[in-house]
Amino acid sequence: MPKTFNAKTMEKFQALSQRYPTKDALLLPVLRLAEEEFNGIDDDAMELVAGLVGVPPAKVMSVFTFYTHYRRAGSGKYLLQVCSTLPCALRGSQEIFEHLKKKLGIDSEETTKDGKFTLKKVECLGSCGTSPVVQINEDYYENLTTEKLDEILNKLQ
Amino acid sequence: MDKVTLYINGTAVQAQKGATVLEAALSAGIDIPRLCFHSALPPQSSCRLCVVEVKGARGLIASCSLPAAQDMAVTTNSEKLFKYRKYILELILSNHPMDCMTCEKSGECELQEYAYKFGIKQTPIRGEVTNYPIEATDPLMMIEHSKCILCGRCVSVCRDLWATEAIDFSKRGFSSKISFPFDKPRLESDCVFCGNCITFCPTGAITERSALGKGRSWEVKKIPSVCPFCGCGCNIEINTKAGKIVKITSNENTPVNKGLLCVKGKFGYDFVHHPDRIGKPSACSTDPSADSASFVQQPCGENGHPCYPSTSLHENLIKSSERLSRPMVKKGGKFHEVSWDEAMNVVSGRLLEMKQKYGAEALGVLCSAKCTNEENDLMQKLARTLLGTNNVDHCARLCHSSTVAGMVQSFGGAAMTNSIEEIEKASCLFVIGSNPTENHPIIGAIIARTAMKGAKLIVADPRAIHLTKFASAWLRHKCGTDVALINGLLNVIVKEGLQNNEFINARTENYEDFRNSIEKYTPEYVSGITGVPKEEIIKAARIYASSKNAMIFFAMGITQHTTGTDNVLSVCNLALLTGNVGKEAAGVCPLRGQNNVQGACDVGALPDFYPGYQKVNDPNARGKFGKAWGIPLDNKIGYTLTEMVNFAAQDKIKALYIMGENPMMSDPDLLHADEAFKKLEFMVVQDIFMTETAQLADVVLPATTFAEKEGTVTNTERRVQLMRRAIQPWGDSKPDWQIICMLGKKLSSVLRRNEPAFGNVYFDYDSPAEIMDEIASLSPVYGGISYDRLGKIGLQWPCPDKNHPGTKFLHKDRFSRGQGRFNVVEFRPPAESADNEYPFTLTTGRVLYHLHGGSMTRRSTGLDFILHEGYVEVNPEDAERLGFQHGQHVNVTSRRGTIKIKANVTDKVPPGTVFIPFHFAECAANILTNNALDPVSKIPEYKVCAVRIEV
Repeated sequence: MPKTFNAKTMEKFQALSQRYPTKDALLLPVLRLAEEEFNGIDDDAMELVAGLVGVPPAKVMSVFTFYTHYRRAGSGKYLLQVCSTLPCALRGSQEIFEHLKKKLGIDSEETTKDGKFTLKKVECLGSCGTSPVVQINEDYYENLTTEKLDEILNKLQ
Repeated sequence: MDKVTLYINGTAVQAQKGATVLEAALSAGIDIPRLCFHSALPPQSSCRLCVVEVKGARGLIASCSLPAAQDMAVTTNSEKLFKYRKYILELILSNHPMDCMTCEKSGECELQEYAYKFGIKQTPIRGEVTNYPIEATDPLMMIEHSKCILCGRCVSVCRDLWATEAIDFSKRGFSSKISFPFDKPRLESDCVFCGNCITFCPTGAITERSALGKGRSWEVKKIPSVCPFCGCGCNIEINTKAGKIVKITSNENTPVNKGLLCVKGKFGYDFVHHPDRIGKPSACSTDPSADSASFVQQPCGENGHPCYPSTSLHENLIKSSERLSRPMVKKGGKFHEVSWDEAMNVVSGRLLEMKQKYGAEALGVLCSAKCTNEENDLMQKLARTLLGTNNVDHCARLCHSSTVAGMVQSFGGAAMTNSIEEIEKASCLFVIGSNPTENHPIIGAIIARTAMKGAKLIVADPRAIHLTKFASAWLRHKCGTDVALINGLLNVIVKEGLQNNEFINARTENYEDFRNSIEKYTPEYVSGITGVPKEEIIKAARIYASSKNAMIFFAMGITQHTTGTDNVLSVCNLALLTGNVGKEAAGVCPLRGQNNVQGACDVGALPDFYPGYQKVNDPNARGKFGKAWGIPLDNKIGYTLTEMVNFAAQDKIKALYIMGENPMMSDPDLLHADEAFKKLEFMVVQDIFMTETAQLADVVLPATTFAEKEGTVTNTERRVQLMRRAIQPWGDSKPDWQIICMLGKKLSSVLRRNEPAFGNVYFDYDSPAEIMDEIASLSPVYGGISYDRLGKIGLQWPCPDKNHPGTKFLHKDRFSRGQGRFNVVEFRPPAESADNEYPFTLTTGRVLYHLHGGSMTRRSTGLDFILHEGYVEVNPEDAERLGFQHGQHVNVTSRRGTIKIKANVTDKVPPGTVFIPFHFAECAANILTNNALDPVSKIPEYKVCAVRIEV
């Protein structure tokens, strides 16, 4: 079944479509709406967004896969987004990423079998002053070391 | 000042203001290495190979996107640049397989060429490589991501030139790749299989899978020719090796299509080599869809290439689908192969017997919009001289006869007034009753991209078509209400004073009567008839009338009605009222459906005209042609195609000679046509396949395809172009012109025994060029056309003499009839309307992947793979009410017959209206259609009839 937005999201969509000058610009916040409503974006959600915004599905997929900050549907309970851009990289983000890979037994954009964790290497999270940074769901965890990270993961149930 | 002077490598170069440094350099003959740049596309600026040094600028700058400025000093070649460019190439090659020895693109690969020029044997850079699998999900095309250099040309051509936007980049950085949406197979995407991404790909990343392993650039011969499908007349290159067509390409210097092709032109050629000879029973009896499925899953071959099936996927599709290779005569209900001599004896003997027994008016000849000008000319000459009848017609009767009737009355000439290249200069495009994206793809793409760039597009169509996405106004009127709709537009324009009074006064007549006649067609009144909201009518009228240059495009949605001629007159009224005709990028453009339907009309394949639209009942013309052809001619206007079929049913036509047409698929009310053809005493079909019509014939003569013969064809913009022979004729088949010459000589040798004058009728032509010289000598519009002048770009008629350059647009300063005539046109409803018993309105048409009766396209592996089965489009509301699902088979019944057909539930059609493409013999739409005729042009009403649907 094709997806549809509920009335409240449609209202938000209408408001957004007044605000942006071009379809391409509108695409970004509407993807965010889809992410919120459907708890992550899947192919059907992208089809829906393409139809509403009036851009081809190929474009929506292009934008969605370009930005690492959108959440794909089917992610685990905790989405671990490891910043991999330069300042974080200089301060050890690669080590953190490798550590998580090993500990969880998954690669970037994969989910543990119990559905608890999804690992994702992302671009700059905008918190270079407190690098390295991992975003877990909506929260930032800053100035990380592998030890600190282990403690944090142990607390997540 | 619109020029700037810059200095490239110390030399002063003049450039247009706004040109880039790269363009300036190239126009001055200075080459700059480049990979992502293509002159037909906006700059991509992704490969960085075209960097140059600019005096005073920091770093190196990509010349493809750097505007040339006054006094700019540019260096394009230095040791620094050489090193930099070499490094770029080494980086690209570090993630590129070095398998040129087996790559399809070898010899034409731009990356290979640069590696050679820069002397790169092996890249010194070692690192990660991308490892995406080869995408080969259909028999037509494949993508090898490892060879992709992410230049973006394919994405750009798909978006900026073809207005399809089926592919785009996905992911980012090193992981970037070209993707269809959601990485699904091509068939499930918006891709229309045009293959232009292949043409524009600089490497072997996207290639013709259908040409895999069949020969590389240096092995193939490229013969320039013209596409055999629709009326666009795209220029193609037939790539052959060892007497077989390997693939079809085009190049950017071509006048019509600038190197672009559609799926039929690019991939539809393989009917030429349809595998089996006549007489051999079809081998395959499995379900073709199962075949297709197993094909998709076929594993890769040993060398990593996907396998390509060696035989057609659908051999069981149409019985006797083989290319005809020998003449055949029916004896005792069965065809037997005979020699050409014997066939000619039978044909000439039986035709003359019929002529003697029933008179010349009992004979009829159907010419062909698929055959060349020369062939059609000879065929009508044979009919009018040796057979002695003007009963000559062809399928233009079924598509644009109402255009001829209407436009001659309004303007004095029936051809497309403008040229394809003018479309991009228009500020308003009004498309009514035409779906060019599917039927005239190159024109459809140009219209869509012109709209994307800002021109106003108005679409009037009951169905949602690709162009409605780009439209500023979409008038979704009810089928058959075109006159009312256009009168509504005219009414608004006059009421709001938007008409062009200067033009009306200077160039038109009958304005007052016309103006009075449209007074009652107020937006409110018209809205009631058409179902279009009055606001939309007003909006569209204002857009059209206030645009500087407006072009109207129409096709079968206007012409195939019992009001076909009226519809055309209305369209012409609209152009006259606003002065949008007789100038560049403004006019009335009937889009021609077959590759030579324009030419067949031009050279007299019509019952009322000799070549060059000279009337058969005009004594001067008759005298002129009688003298030239060596025998007095009949002055009676002949029967039209539709009349010939009806008269066959009534025993008035006794013999028919049909060249390259398949009326048993294309006529309306096929059950009636079948009855009529079966009543004929003698019937000859000259064709390339055993078509539905050929099966009813007494004699079948094997003709050659477009690739096996020479001749000219005239496209929709009146461009006469040369088709060249690329391969030898199949088996014993012969070019149509040679067959007609053989028959002509045979007939005249018999006839001259009693009437020596018949000996004067000349059929001893050596070549098509000689026939064209005769056409030119007799028809003024072709007067200056000869083979030595056609060259690479052809000539657009009117071309009255040898020094005339041809005509880009018509009716400049003066209409062909003198003044443009306004005509009073009142709305009349279609012949058949939906009622309680037959509650749906059926409209028919073509789809992108097939042409007409499908004789050619359904025998093409790729086209058949994409679309194998007919369907009826039904609105979801109707489907739900009637209780059937998408994909289910339903019975569709009209007053004339019933077909069983798959339901395609879609909101492309409005509730109450259904659409069926007419290509599919097993669910032939024309069993249902109504043969009610337009009183003037005798065109049948294919576009409206009443049907019911049963589960």
